[in-house]
Parts: sequence; C-alpha cells; structure tokens
Amino acid sequence: MTPDLNSRPRLAAGCRLNDAKQQPRVLLMPERALRLLGPSLGIVARCDGRRTVREIIGELQKIYAKAEPQRVESDILGYLELLNDQRALDFIADDNSSGGSTPSAASI
Amino acid sequence: MDSAVPTPLALIAELTHRCPLHCVYCSNPMELDQRINELPTDAWARVFREAAQLGVLQADFTGGEPLARPDLVELVREARAAGLYVNLITSGLPLDEARLEKLVEAGLDHLQLSFQGARAEIASEISGTATHAQKLRVLKWLSRHRVAVTLNFVIHRRNMEQMEEMLAIAEASCATRVEFANVQYYGWAFANRENLLPTREQLDASQEILKRAQERLRGEMRIEYVVPDYYAKFPKACMGGWGRKLMLITPSGEVLPCHAARVIPGIAFENVKDRNMREIWELSPAFQKFRGEEWMQEPCRSCERRAADFGGCRCQAMLLVNDAAATDPVCSLSPNRNKVDAILEGVAKLPAMVEVAKTEWLYRLNSA
Repeated sequence: MTPDLNSRPRLAAGCRLNDAKQQPRVLLMPERALRLLGPSLGIVARCDGRRTVREIIGELQKIYAKAEPQRVESDILGYLELLNDQRALDFIADDNSSGGSTPSAASI
Repeated sequence: MDSAVPTPLALIAELTHRCPLHCVYCSNPMELDQRINELPTDAWARVFREAAQLGVLQADFTGGEPLARPDLVELVREARAAGLYVNLITSGLPLDEARLEKLVEAGLDHLQLSFQGARAEIASEISGTATHAQKLRVLKWLSRHRVAVTLNFVIHRRNMEQMEEMLAIAEASCATRVEFANVQYYGWAFANRENLLPTREQLDASQEILKRAQERLRGEMRIEYVVPDYYAKFPKACMGGWGRKLMLITPSGEVLPCHAARVIPGIAFENVKDRNMREIWELSPAFQKFRGEEWMQEPCRSCERRAADFGGCRCQAMLLVNDAAATDPVCSLSPNRNKVDAILEGVAKLPAMVEVAKTEWLYRLNSA
C-alpha cells in the first residue's frame, strides 16, 4: 500500500519512541525495537497525526536540500510503507475526502 | 566492564507462578515458586531500573498469571518510569474493565492475550478451566483502550484445525498482531508431548494457511508463527543465543538465561536480592556457561551456521540426550537426530484426533 499523500500518519497504539535522553533512539513496538538513524528518526518524529504525508515530505526535502527531491519522496514513502507493514502506523484520512477518519483512529 | 558481553534487549519477568489455568503445555517449571517467596514490589522496581541501565528496552510481564499480583498496576508504572516498554502476557483472568483501564493509564504498552483454541470446548480441555468466554469479553474491552494487542494462539495437534477460526476471532478484534505459537516441548509440555505433537500433514496445512493469511492481511495485521522445532531441519536460535539478548527472572528473583534452564544440572543461578543486574548478566557463571562458542562440540564447533543458531537449545539437548553441551538433537546434522525422528514416527502412527475422554493429560498444578 502506498500511503495517501493527504493522510496524516501517526504511531499506532503500543508504538512509541523511547525517551529523548536515551541513546540510541529506537521505535519501540510489540516484540520489536527499530533503531532510528538520522533520516528515519526525522520521519518517525513527524508521524504525529497532524502533519500530512505531503507535509512530511516537504519538510524533509528542505532539510535534505542537497538530495534529489524525487528521491527523498520515494524514500519516505517506502519507509512509511515498511512501518505500515509492521503495523506501527495508523493513517488518518484527509478530512475533506469521502472516507472520514480510519476505524482505528476513530476508536481512540 | 567487559565490552565483549552483548547488551540484553528484553527482560522476561515471571511475576508469579500462581495461575487460575492449568494448561497442559505450561512453560513454567514442574517445581513452582510459592507465593511467600515472590519478590515484593520494591525489589521488582529496582530490577527494572537496573535492567534499563544495562540497556534493556522491553519488559515482558508473564507468569503464571501476572494478573494474580495485586500490585500489577504499580509494577507497570515502575517499569515505565524506569524507561522500559511494557508487555503484559496474560490469559485475561482475573480481569475487569476497570482494572484494564488502570493498567493502560499506568503505561501498559502492549497486551498479549493467550488463547487455547477458537472454541470453548478445546480451551477448557487444554487449560482445565472455563476461560474462553472471558477472553472474548477482554477483547471487547480492549477495543475501547489505547494499547497494542496481540492474540497468541498456542497450537498443537488438537487445535491446529481451528486456525482459520482463530484468524476470524483476530480479524473481528482490535488486534494488530497474531502469533501462532506451536508448543515447545519442555516442562509440562514435554510430559504431554505424545498428545500435543502435530503430524507432518497438519504442520504443512498450517503453514499454507499462514502464508495465505499473511498475504491477505498485509498492512492490516502482523502474523507470526513459531515452528515446532522437532520438525525443523535446523534448530532455533534459542533465546537469540544463551546470554545474548534475554534474561528471565523467576518469581523468587533467580536470574536465568531461559525459561527451562533449571533442567540443566550443575548451574547455580544468582538472585537479584544478592547482586545487581549488570554483574549477574556480565559475570555470573550461569550466563557465561554457554555464551560464545568455546563450549561447543562437533558438529557445531566447525559449522558455518553456528553464529546463526548458536547450536540450538541447551535445555532441549539436556532433555533429549542428557548433555546440555551437545548439538541440539533436532538439528539434521546432530548425531542424535534419530532420537527425534523416532518420536515423530510414533506421532505419525497416532490418529490426528483422539477423543477427549481417551486423552490422559497431565495438568499443570498450581503453586501454593
């Protein structure tokens, strides 16, 4: 599943970053911990349920201005898809679209 | 500090051996710790802090039944305060929604609800208790609280045919992860092995169901499967290698490299009451015993897979060939593989479904 650019990803229940004081930074999730380095931490930290996928891409394209923008976008989309396969993300659908919020987001 | 010693990732906290269930495959030892010897709240709180300082990321609360501890909410709070991710592995008994809410408020990250089958009859037979209806109630409560949920179905010869129904229960729930865990043959399960081991045909069919489900539910649910290693070609990397990733603390505070380690004679396990976690992890003879490769015999010693599976399971070698340093006998390269094959040949001759009344189970006892 390629994430919808207008949806707002947020960490699923039971998935969270460890404390900012702890090193290395990791994404904690059921029976797993994913070590986050540079760009991956930048992506996960922005999955806050407020920013859209498009906004996350825009922000990181500015930070990684030396990289090919198209490449930054495809890397981010690929990483979000990987996190989704791990069930680490919920994508809250765009309010203006017909779908409304996702069931998983609505139940919280 | 010895820099060659790996950092543990998870702490398995057996909070109590008390449990309302009597499952015929319980992973607890046959000799259960008594309530009077259980570590108090403050001792566990210190253990969580020492573990986090050692680099541990996750705490798995298990038992027995962790809910049998009246201080469970406090223990969750202490583990979170120490910086750990908190998993609760539970049968869902005894629990009501108010207590569940308190656990979530205290910082519970993940709840793993165990099932003995997809239907009440098999669940009662396996656990020696009526539990199924309560589990379905717990599932309904869970959908109203923000916590990750895994359904853990323990599978074996008597319930493998229900895998599709088990999936249906999971799909109708708020779970984002399902574990189909084949029984592992230690302790109580070892005693009931004849009645639990699946046939080769059942195993193949279960893996087909798994593959289809993983494809169909990709992105919606993580589905994991623990193989019964008697049927494997190579052994499991038990506990991720002895003293490499995990440590287990018994209700009375002994620190073990794995659930079953007490079956190995001649090892003295240290207690958290006497020494801090870092020293126990790095220096105790029990953790050093099978760490690294020095202890290995042939064919492990020169095997190219030795860094992948670490020679398999030490307790299984002990149970099956009476030598904890032997190559895990489930390995196709083990000179003792014939012992495992003989067990499987026995299973192949048995009918897959035996009538309930004809099965003689050895039910797990309860601790005082």
